[in-house]
Amino acid sequence: MAAGKKEPVLVTGLGALDKPASGLLTWVDQRFPLMENWKAHLSEYYAPKNFNFWYFFGALAMLVLVIQIVTGIFLTMHYKPDAAKAFESVEYIMREVPWGWLVRYMHSTGASMFFVVIYLHMFRGLIYGSYRKPRELIWVFGVMIFLCLMAEAFFGYLLPWGQMSYWGAQVIVNLASAIPLIGPDLAIWVRGDYVVGDATLNRFFAFHVIALPLVLLGLVAAHILALHEVGSNNPDGVEINENKDPKTGIPLDGIPFHPYYTVHDIVGVVVFLMVFSAIVFFAPEMGGYFLEYNNFVPADPLKTPLHIAPVWYFTPYYSILRAMVWNFFWIDAKVWGVVAMGASTLIFFFLPWLDRSPVKSIRYRPRLHTWIYTLFVIAFLILGYLGTLPPSPVGEIVSQVCTLIYFAFFLGMPWWSRWGQFKPVPARVTM
Amino acid sequence: MKLIKSTLTAALAGVTLVIAGLCPVAQAAEADIRLDRAPADRFTDLQALQRGAAMFVNYCLNCHSAQSMRYNRLKDIGISDEQIKNNLLFTGEKVGELMTISMSKKDAKEWFGAPPPDLSVIARARASGAGSGADWLYTYLRTFYRDPSRESGWNNLAFANVGMPHVLYDLQGEQVARFVKEKDPHDPSKTVSKFEGFEIVKPGKMSKLEFDNAIGDLVGYLVWMAEPVAAQRKQLGIAVLMFLGLFLLPCAWMLNRSYWKDIH
Amino acid sequence: MSNDPSAHSGRRGAIVATSVVGGIGALCTAIPFVSTFAPSEKARAAGAPVEVDIANLKEGELIIAEWRGKPVWILKRSKEMLDSLAKTESKVADPKSERKPSELTPEYCRNQARSIKPEVLVAVGICTHLGCSPSGPFAIGANITLGDDMGFVCPCHGSTFDMAGRVWKAKPAPDNLEIPPHKYLSDTRLLIGEDNKGA
Repeated sequence: MAAGKKEPVLVTGLGALDKPASGLLTWVDQRFPLMENWKAHLSEYYAPKNFNFWYFFGALAMLVLVIQIVTGIFLTMHYKPDAAKAFESVEYIMREVPWGWLVRYMHSTGASMFFVVIYLHMFRGLIYGSYRKPRELIWVFGVMIFLCLMAEAFFGYLLPWGQMSYWGAQVIVNLASAIPLIGPDLAIWVRGDYVVGDATLNRFFAFHVIALPLVLLGLVAAHILALHEVGSNNPDGVEINENKDPKTGIPLDGIPFHPYYTVHDIVGVVVFLMVFSAIVFFAPEMGGYFLEYNNFVPADPLKTPLHIAPVWYFTPYYSILRAMVWNFFWIDAKVWGVVAMGASTLIFFFLPWLDRSPVKSIRYRPRLHTWIYTLFVIAFLILGYLGTLPPSPVGEIVSQVCTLIYFAFFLGMPWWSRWGQFKPVPARVTM
Repeated sequence: MKLIKSTLTAALAGVTLVIAGLCPVAQAAEADIRLDRAPADRFTDLQALQRGAAMFVNYCLNCHSAQSMRYNRLKDIGISDEQIKNNLLFTGEKVGELMTISMSKKDAKEWFGAPPPDLSVIARARASGAGSGADWLYTYLRTFYRDPSRESGWNNLAFANVGMPHVLYDLQGEQVARFVKEKDPHDPSKTVSKFEGFEIVKPGKMSKLEFDNAIGDLVGYLVWMAEPVAAQRKQLGIAVLMFLGLFLLPCAWMLNRSYWKDIH
Repeated sequence: MSNDPSAHSGRRGAIVATSVVGGIGALCTAIPFVSTFAPSEKARAAGAPVEVDIANLKEGELIIAEWRGKPVWILKRSKEMLDSLAKTESKVADPKSERKPSELTPEYCRNQARSIKPEVLVAVGICTHLGCSPSGPFAIGANITLGDDMGFVCPCHGSTFDMAGRVWKAKPAPDNLEIPPHKYLSDTRLLIGEDNKGA
């Protein structure tokens, strides 16, 4: 690709600035793949015109990522990652740094909202078959992002050094000790000490602030590149690339991402910011779910709180962990719990190959499938709710039933995805 | 139409979240007794907050620190630097310093069994499903009773076997608690002690109403101290939501429509 | 895509409106974030004025108070020290403290003695060359560099200052020593860091 053979860039609409802008952009474009990327990913990336509500959450996830990084940088200017100073430094930010309280609340709200957005984003993938061929890799990158996000949240949660921070970390790192043979030594290696302490705090700070954000940014780039390689799915599950205009090669049901979806997503962003601001300014604690009450007590290694629960976005998996109470085959229930919890997150990777339905989108699937998805969602929500409560005999049975439903949904999918009367899929998208 | 539906759904979700968020639901502090409601109407009354601040400095700051709170922040509730210097500084601190105490944690542990916790954010820490942090504190500070079996001579209904003695007994007076033995509702073969009422055995300087009001002031102060910026935060929130909802959203909506009216 | 010109003007108007309103929103969001850089309450408290009791300050005695991390000299000048100021008037670079007045010499100290009370010098003991703390005060003949003048000598590069902190001509240091804002709360209580102009 020889430089200088490209067309000059033509900017219009800026009046007197048209010429200088065109000149500058042409200079850059001759030295940098500016216009080809602008076209490939924005002005000539053709997305289906029938995106609905469920299609906002990808862009919103990117927005929340930016919010977390920016607010995170500003917090890092004042936070002290030292066990003796961490808790106090957070209150210092809240009270003494000009506008520090706003940065802190945006970061804590953003963390929870990240999971709200991601769960809704994943749900969209689930109901419209966005993970089906040829989009399996997009889905795989996405599940990797989800796992990294959970790790990022886990490491970040230790930083305020409150009671929940400390004991949550203590419990989860101790899970590593459940691994046979190497477990206990592995737990010490992860912590850098015999119990969670200053050494642990410092390294979790490093992971949270730089290591995982870099990985996340890389995975998000890969996720979007993989998407743009094959094109977006849509609520009808119809492949728009199969119906192109013979003259232009543009999908008949496609519209350029820019300007149509850039302006569309701006509306989504504004609505999101309204919900986000309502929480930040009026209910940052969210009833103790976004900022847990016990975390306003400084960490005390000698006093375990009566009731330790993970943050709300981990509770479904925590319920699954607690549901495994039997010892099988000389292996402790504790280990089975860890295995089940791990399996429940990793099983998402296999979705593209578990789903054998002849039809992608829920819209054209049998009513039975809608019921099965509904059952799965209800089981997931119940598991989540139970995870916030202390263990109880009734809770144990219910979480075991819901865990069964959860795994049956995935493991049974190769069969149930073929049951029922499928509706004819249209050749063109429906608005 | 789709966009309208999406926006309304999101708005509904947002409102639901905020309303839910304003109710303390998540489990936290151990809460076995029914908590009295703290008088929230006092929490924004500057005079009540000032009285509460004076009580706090006079009674609590000897054993408890509030090491995230700077004395001169009290200007936010109308107490000037001069007033702080003349009335609230006792041991040579300066008005710009933090509310620390000189008792070491080691000594504190020895004398009280557990070091008295820092109170900077106690009103946020004590919230639970049973009530707000203010409710817990309001109940706690009024339910100390004489208990000869305890080392300090005092016990408390909200915090059983607490190490803290009743600091305010000269104001409230001394009371004893009456318990009756009842069958355990979950297990009839067992008996539980049920609290029946208090009885003042030695009156204090204040009547019950006066004491409850004073504690209301003190709790209001503790709530303010836990998050001094709360009032401004909410005011700013109204401005932000109005800006977003009345200005930016209509602009974004019109912008979106100007492009999408061509798409069918 | 529509070729209708009114559609384009509708788009143009909406783009402008959204950009302007969005820009205002972005600015209003940026301002708090930029403010987080400003000194916090902790920094401001640490930089708060310092009160010094000079009741027991003897003639010729120099005490050092710390203000904003800097050493502030408080020197009770003797008659001999004050008389030396007339002698050094022609030897110093800026006898009337006219250089950088707002930075170095508050209005109430623009006199020969560079002080509120002639017998008490309040000056920041940091050489205006590269920041070392000068030694002194030296009596007549007590220091080779000063010869038979009284004053202070900076050990790092040899700058000399007279008994009002005024720098000699042709020395590495360009300026007189900084006089910090200060005021007297009473005859014996000096407050450094605040003056009646609202420092």
